[in-house]
Amino acid sequence: MSTFEVSPVASSSSGEQAYRVVNDFSIQVATVNGSGSQTANNVLMRSIFQMGIPVSGKNLFPSNIAGLPTWFTIRANKNGWIARKKEIGFLIAMNPETAREDVLNLEPGAAVVYDEPLKLNQLRTDLHFYPVPFDKLVAPVCPDAKLRKLVRNMIYDGVAGQLLGIDFDEIHKALYKQFGKRKAKAADLNWNAVLAGRQFAAEHLPKTDPFRVERMDKTSGKIIIDGNAAAALGCVFAGCTVVTWYPITPSSSLVDSMTGYLRRLRTDKETGKATFAVLQAEDELAAVGMVIGASWAGARAMTATSGPGISLMAEFVGLGYYAEVPAVIFDVQRTGPSTGLPTRTMQGDVLSNALLSHGDTRHPLFFPSSPAECFQMAIDAFDFAELFQTPVFVMTDLDLGMNNWMADPFEYPTKPINRGKVLDAEALGKVADFARYRDVDGDGIPYRTLPGTNHPKAAYFTRGSGHNDKAGYSEREDDYINNVDRLSRKFETMRKHVPPPEVSLNPKAKIGIVYYGTSRWAAEECLDQLAREYDLEAASFRLLAYPFTEALSSFIERHERVYVIDQNRDGQLLALMRMELPVELIARLRGIRYYGGMPLDARTLTNEVVSQEGL
Amino acid sequence: MSTVTATPPKKLNRIGLDVLPYKGSKTTLCAGCGHNSISERLIEVFFELGVEPWQVAKMSGIGCSSKTPAYFLNQSHGFNSVHGRAPAVSTGALLANKNLKGVVVTGDGDTASIGIGQFVHMLRRNVPLMYIIENNGVYGLTKGQFSATADIGSKQKSGVINEMHPIDCCLLAIELGATMVGRSFSGDKRQLSNLLKAGISHRGLAVIDVISPCVTFNDHEGSTKSYSYVKEHDIPLHEMQYVPYYEEIQVQMEDGQAQDVELHDGSHLRLRAIRGDFDPTNKDVSLAAIHEADKKGEVLTGLLYVQKDRETLHDMLRLVDEPLATLPQSRVRPGPEALEMIMEELR
Repeated sequence: MSTFEVSPVASSSSGEQAYRVVNDFSIQVATVNGSGSQTANNVLMRSIFQMGIPVSGKNLFPSNIAGLPTWFTIRANKNGWIARKKEIGFLIAMNPETAREDVLNLEPGAAVVYDEPLKLNQLRTDLHFYPVPFDKLVAPVCPDAKLRKLVRNMIYDGVAGQLLGIDFDEIHKALYKQFGKRKAKAADLNWNAVLAGRQFAAEHLPKTDPFRVERMDKTSGKIIIDGNAAAALGCVFAGCTVVTWYPITPSSSLVDSMTGYLRRLRTDKETGKATFAVLQAEDELAAVGMVIGASWAGARAMTATSGPGISLMAEFVGLGYYAEVPAVIFDVQRTGPSTGLPTRTMQGDVLSNALLSHGDTRHPLFFPSSPAECFQMAIDAFDFAELFQTPVFVMTDLDLGMNNWMADPFEYPTKPINRGKVLDAEALGKVADFARYRDVDGDGIPYRTLPGTNHPKAAYFTRGSGHNDKAGYSEREDDYINNVDRLSRKFETMRKHVPPPEVSLNPKAKIGIVYYGTSRWAAEECLDQLAREYDLEAASFRLLAYPFTEALSSFIERHERVYVIDQNRDGQLLALMRMELPVELIARLRGIRYYGGMPLDARTLTNEVVSQEGL
Repeated sequence: MSTVTATPPKKLNRIGLDVLPYKGSKTTLCAGCGHNSISERLIEVFFELGVEPWQVAKMSGIGCSSKTPAYFLNQSHGFNSVHGRAPAVSTGALLANKNLKGVVVTGDGDTASIGIGQFVHMLRRNVPLMYIIENNGVYGLTKGQFSATADIGSKQKSGVINEMHPIDCCLLAIELGATMVGRSFSGDKRQLSNLLKAGISHRGLAVIDVISPCVTFNDHEGSTKSYSYVKEHDIPLHEMQYVPYYEEIQVQMEDGQAQDVELHDGSHLRLRAIRGDFDPTNKDVSLAAIHEADKKGEVLTGLLYVQKDRETLHDMLRLVDEPLATLPQSRVRPGPEALEMIMEELR
């Protein structure tokens, strides 16, 4: 079934409709990339947000600088569902190349604002069409012909604002916020374009569609931010001091944002000097090598990358595991290698990162679902990496990293920075013996010293897996076994320290649903749809980290069937669970996989659960 | 009459340490390996100059040469990292702690093949460290394959002749931004010691390419990296005298013949030309001299190039004076008001 209810298309232009859809629809803007539409789209999204209506924005863009189709979808939802919604209620068709298909894909009853010369109203009779002569409207408000291409898009904000009932004071506020004080002239120019659109719509476009926004109070205190900027802020407040990276979509904006925040917040006030180093490396292999070197020497170091970069980092990550060097690696996941849909989202690196490199290697993974968690988990990841002296992956994805999210404001860290088991000169003076890889405390975590420590006992020699507990070179069988067994104990200790899952039990539920990362938003809405539409109660388990904890086994034991949601073809998290869980629990697991590269939507999940449940 | 033979007092260096902290584990390389001579020179020069061993970080890649940081300075931290990737690890370590004295030991496989990308980018950045290439033209640990520094016409032990153009790491280093470049021969104790001391005194990237024969796989007739070949073809550019900053210049070289290079820490390198004029501060002269020697089949050794006024990576990044690694929380975590300000901007 469709959630999109069909409304009668008014045969006359009377303007009044009995049927209204308020604060529960999606707006899609189809444009050409590089045309400045991003500003207009952000202003539109933000003005609805400022009206107190929960929103989400999803930018579907090509791997290209300018000239290819791009779609921006804004979902307004009074219940706070912010996953992507596939059904579009209100289309703004600005791209001649895709306009025909965009219109043909709509559900009956949708509204279409379009560039008049495209004559889209000839395509269908079951839609509400609003033709707008953009070129005619832009000329008087923008005398400079060169700027018209950019300003033109702002007209649709005026038209949509008028048709949907958006408060123009909010559009004004959002627009001037977007341009900032330094670009006041450009803001004025764009505001005039908004007004031109508004006036045209008021005079020439009687409202026939049912879609409206009305003021609510559900966004107060909230912020709008993308996950990459949120993670960047987390790193700044985590006390990260060395950032080395190589540009790759969709992670580049993480380090770009971070560089900006570091310059603002971490430049020494007295000397004007930096308490941080950001270095663009020659490739991802060098980037992670620098992270390993910097962490070895005691810095809090990180890099950000995506799947293809991870491939290049494999050997160093393995060395980090065996030599026990902390590292924080943000993996903003996307699809495949080379020209493999670099601008589409995927949970594509779960299995490979958990086991990255050769020999027996296992790495902790954190799965943030929201900007607030990107911020918090960045801070947690640095503590965790130093506490356990090992590389840690923070697994976001393109959807979280690059899209704008309505989010809870970030909480200032209450715990002090934890640098883990580091012996300084004073501490070395108190110990009888320093053995770099000895399990002194029985938790598998050894003590380390930093280069530059002025003590005769401080130095040790770092190498890969061939060493004894004093870091001496060894190829002995017993030394190797002792070492990897201790690394296993360390991994066991991690289970007690990873961010715990978010579990919601339901005594009536026979089935459970396990999800992680950005699947959260579609999964939560899916649970609501299952309950409302199918009377199917399900318990939920949101995984926040790997290694798994006891809570996962207990959750599976409680349910007859457990669905594991993955945004990849092969069910990577499911596979990891199958590797580690007892066989009687594995039999209860089912996979729900989506792998089309779009942000996950609830209806896809609901349909799949319903189908597998035989309902 | 009885005599008491007292143990002679241990020789101490200027910071009061004996040589023990400057030594390392017993070498596991072949007897006669050129690399062992280089390790011995490193022990000597660090001891002699009185460098605090705990302030040194020894980094390497993978290979025979990269094992050697275990064989000197046992009171310094060392990191035997990934093949060809010592530049990245060292760059990171020196970003974390700018007070460390970085000593990188690599081989020609590390530098001229698998890690050449990292090598050239380290050059561009003028990372302040001493980068030693133990260059024997051959892969030792994998039993004798040619490396990318093998000369055209050089013969492998199995008889195979190299036909590929060699990579000259010194030419690359001069061209791409290293600020001190030298070449030496593991068998030339005096020259190598002087160059290593100059490298320690230099603030910036010092690349020292040391021809270091492999006695097992590349010391035969027909090899251009054998002891006998290098001895015959070694053309030292100058007599070198290193005068540390804490000693007065005692010997005055004759005017007109000696060139004095003042190093960053106040030490001096006095160079007396052996053959013709050679000015190591002139890039074009250096490059031309190497090309010229190459045509004649000569191995030009000595201080090939030095430049003192280029910013190091630390300068370019405008880092605070203290090591980033140990900055306290108060300096690396902005206060709650900073977070609130950002949140307000995003509302």
